[in-house]
Amino acid sequence: MKRSVPLAIVLVTGIIYFFVPFMTNRFTMDFLYQTILVDWMKIMGVFAIVMSITSLVRRNVYKIQRKVGDYQYSWVELIGMAFMITVSIFLPQTPLGKNMLLGGIREGSVYDWVFSNIQVPMQATMFSLLAFYIASAAYRSFRARNAEATLLLITAGIVMIGRVPLGEDIYNFMKGLNGDASFRWSEIFNFQGITQFILDIPNAATKRAIGFGVVMGMIATSLKIMFGIEKSWLGGTE
Amino acid sequence: MSVMNFIGTTLAAIFTLAVFSFLYKDNPFYKFAEHLLVGLSVGYYVGQIWHTAFISWIINPVFNERQYILFIPIFFGLFYLGFIHSKTVWLIRIPIALSLGIGSGYGISYSFQTSIFIQLRETINVFTQSGMDAWDVIKAILLVVGVFSAIVYFFFSWKHEGVVGWIAKVGIYFLMIGFGASFGLTVMGRISLLIGRFLFLFQDWLHIIK
Repeated sequence: MKRSVPLAIVLVTGIIYFFVPFMTNRFTMDFLYQTILVDWMKIMGVFAIVMSITSLVRRNVYKIQRKVGDYQYSWVELIGMAFMITVSIFLPQTPLGKNMLLGGIREGSVYDWVFSNIQVPMQATMFSLLAFYIASAAYRSFRARNAEATLLLITAGIVMIGRVPLGEDIYNFMKGLNGDASFRWSEIFNFQGITQFILDIPNAATKRAIGFGVVMGMIATSLKIMFGIEKSWLGGTE
Repeated sequence: MSVMNFIGTTLAAIFTLAVFSFLYKDNPFYKFAEHLLVGLSVGYYVGQIWHTAFISWIINPVFNERQYILFIPIFFGLFYLGFIHSKTVWLIRIPIALSLGIGSGYGISYSFQTSIFIQLRETINVFTQSGMDAWDVIKAILLVVGVFSAIVYFFFSWKHEGVVGWIAKVGIYFLMIGFGASFGLTVMGRISLLIGRFLFLFQDWLHIIK
């Protein structure tokens, strides 16, 4: 029962919902689509988030109790989380000084202040760190060893120059040198135009082809889940 | 500058430098910032979910608007909390099964419609646009050749030799151009973020750049 009931639910709901996009009657649109798929799934999703947050708290408490590894930082994580939860949910929205509110999530609240002054700068810096690692990885792997690697290197270079004002400056300078000559050789320095062409044609074609593959894979996996061939989502063996 | 602005800018600068310190090596300042970011982010989303989802989708409709039918998804949602005890942990499979079943069934036909049929139509329809000049036709042909050859490259049921091998080779070249473009865009995105952080440090915090 612990395995067969969930497997039966997946099969039955899967088959029913396979036909939903093809049906336009009122019952399907109002109940099967809007009520169950949109509204009820949202509500169930809230409980899934409660589960994941509880799991995160339990993991940190476990690390602190057992003094595992860098358990001190689990305190930092828990205190940060508790602080944001307290100010957003439990504290009243009373004024704090001239332009601030103690509780709530509105603009001007402590919650909003911490988000803007601590969370956003740290997140942006984390992402910007990747610039260094991408540059380092590119140096090691981007050497023009063969035709394919050379093509990738040249395309990346053109796109990078085409997305900054330097590309336009080079093009304008070359256009000036070209003057009124009938042969417009300066067009090969039109990095913005070439970048747009690369994005519109080869890049779009590649994305489309990969997209087809991804969707085929997704459909195959969905069918395997529906028909009980793929059971790893059940977890455990019981 | 108000006191809170000054404190906010200083804290933002300290945490920016703490995250940048990882470029030297993993260190306590970075770990502190990393864990604080995780904690604050989770707390931030809990606040958002409480006010926008829990209150708006559950508390208000059930208790103020008396939509008691919503007890059905709440009942199934509560099964997610079965993981608290080892004897009830299997209950978690029920809401997961519902989400997977509905998502899989709907996803199959929906993605066929949106990601296969529409994309194929858009690829072929480029030839039917009115007022196309020679350059537009070349671009349309290149698009079709690119999509077809890249798909052939990922098709492993035939050995990549002879004509199939040649088409797959063309597919590789298209893929390399595509990956190069994606790489270039990603690098520029990260670089602009990096410039933003340095501008913050030197302009807003240290006032070296005016």
